[in-house]
Amino acid sequence: MHATFFILAALTIAGASAAMGLRNLIHCVLALTLGFVGLALLYLSLGAQFVGFTQILVYVGAIAILAVFAIMMTRSAGPHPQPALSAFWITGCVIAGATFAVLAWAIIRSNIATPTSAQPAVSTNQIGDALMHSFALPLEIMGLLLTAALIGAVIIAMPQNRSSK
Amino acid sequence: MTPLTGYLLLSALLFSIGLAGALTRRNAILVLIGIELMLNAANLNFIAFWRYGPHPEALTGILFTIFSISIAAAEAAVGLGIILAVYRHHKTIDLDHINTLKG
Amino acid sequence: MMHLPLTQTIDQIFVLSKAWIMGHVPVAFQPISSAILSVAPVLVVFPLLFAITTVLERKGLGRMQNRYGPNRVGPFGFWQPIADGIKSLTKEDVIPRTADQVVHFLAPLLLVLAAFLAYAVLPIGRNMVIANLSAGVLFFFAIGSMVELAVFMAGWSSHSKYSLLGAMRAVAQMISYEIPLVLSSIVVIMATGTLSTVAIVDAQTRYIGILPHWYVLTPWGFCGFVLFMIAATAESNRSPFDLPEGESEIIAGYYIEYSGFKFALFFLGEYLGMFATSGLAITLFLGGWSAPFSFLTWIPSYLWFFLKLLVFIAAFIWVRGTFPRLRMDQLMGFAWKFMLPMSLLNLIDAAVWHLMPHNILRWLVCIAILAIPCFLLSLNLKQRKQLQIRTYRFAE
Repeated sequence: MHATFFILAALTIAGASAAMGLRNLIHCVLALTLGFVGLALLYLSLGAQFVGFTQILVYVGAIAILAVFAIMMTRSAGPHPQPALSAFWITGCVIAGATFAVLAWAIIRSNIATPTSAQPAVSTNQIGDALMHSFALPLEIMGLLLTAALIGAVIIAMPQNRSSK
Repeated sequence: MTPLTGYLLLSALLFSIGLAGALTRRNAILVLIGIELMLNAANLNFIAFWRYGPHPEALTGILFTIFSISIAAAEAAVGLGIILAVYRHHKTIDLDHINTLKG
Repeated sequence: MMHLPLTQTIDQIFVLSKAWIMGHVPVAFQPISSAILSVAPVLVVFPLLFAITTVLERKGLGRMQNRYGPNRVGPFGFWQPIADGIKSLTKEDVIPRTADQVVHFLAPLLLVLAAFLAYAVLPIGRNMVIANLSAGVLFFFAIGSMVELAVFMAGWSSHSKYSLLGAMRAVAQMISYEIPLVLSSIVVIMATGTLSTVAIVDAQTRYIGILPHWYVLTPWGFCGFVLFMIAATAESNRSPFDLPEGESEIIAGYYIEYSGFKFALFFLGEYLGMFATSGLAITLFLGGWSAPFSFLTWIPSYLWFFLKLLVFIAAFIWVRGTFPRLRMDQLMGFAWKFMLPMSLLNLIDAAVWHLMPHNILRWLVCIAILAIPCFLLSLNLKQRKQLQIRTYRFAE
């Protein structure tokens, strides 16, 4: 179990840091999908099958493709004369490093007792039951949110001279 | 090191990488991607706490993650829509150049 | 196990022989050898089917277009795939100088990998499935979405305008048609209450009289099946939705810069994807490996699966030889203005079907719910344009 964890963790971290560090934007998105797939495999190894597949479906199948489309439509895939990092990159790195230091300190210091339980068996039916009963209201709100996002995204991205025509 | 600590450290590292990207990159799309990575780090925490928590049968962690993934999808759609609108207006999505609020 | 009737023994012969082999393997190697024994047949059978399909397709298309098709290699040209394979293996592998080498190399591999992974959840026969996942259908669609990424990688990394155009077309088309594809398969999940492909097939193995309890024989099932097949045709970039690789416009679309073995891999991946989606359609709507009539159950289950698959392949070839290619705006309009509303209506229809009492009224109401909007939406698609004979200005 430990070997699996370290391999998958290395894969995820490599994908994520490449996504944030590479110069070519398309390479960034492709590295990002690698990180997402690594995360999905981590979920699978933790026994959350449904979430793992949803992760691949949504992140690899939808969000990465959306990002690629946006990169293509904003013509930012070509060679860049300017630096890829912003002017305040040292400050940003310091803030991120400090955040990690604080989080890691808190995690290591806190003594979390983990019951060494067997892997919980969760079936898709249980998730469906929970969604329809105890989580029905969040589900409805999520539907509303997704509809609002759909309409909002279309309106925002629509050319403005369309309305005057 | 317990397994849970390992997952939490991984998630903290992922969060910091996302934060670093969101703070340092010039391209707006990559900033959005950095935010997605931070969301993913939170999801990993949810799943890890569900797996190693005292009540895995309650499924709370799994359901939170499902909702969080849907929110991330909505966020990405709206965010990229905004980026396209900004690009149409400013002809660039370099964040160092988009520094005016006036249209 | 020894006293099974002969028909059942033939039906289970692969399962039994696997169990027999496993009995002779040391315990330490059992998981890995079990996996190999499950995966290896899929890795052999479906590429073989691909080889047969290529020659059948060329022969069939040839006949439809008043020519012979390949007839030089072997009897009736049936060894043509072998000749093609040798040719593609020995050809030079050209990589454009401006191409992104790594991504250019990875794209065909990812495509073929995704195509093969999809077979993991397809029940090919009774007790014959690689992985009986409780979220099997979700796994299938998740893997299917990786194909889009592979297509984009191929198109972008080639650094050619034709391949980029083809890739953008392909991705736009696949995203648009993935929504009706998923929505039309949800009706079956509503009816069975499970995402496991094995359980979905099991729910359809009952018989009413001699007729099977297949979901295609209900109004919502039939509508879902038709929508699913249209969307599957678009997902696998087959004619009439073959804009991403339309030869007369953008030459070969996203894999224009590939040659030799990598081109063959793209070809393989595309056909494997088509078989896998057809296999899912068979699983969801046509009862998987179950026999179409109750008196035919003595024929082994895997033969039924492949028979149904061959019928699908024949239908795909027929459609390819018959329909003209759509225009891009027609393609998108069809996806968003016809397929999406119809698949949403189909969900409502399935719900009505389950709530109404079992009588003839149920059939009438459910057919009406689907037929009337279908007619209205198709009127909208025509956009009140009067169809007329095209006049040629320069050709005459």
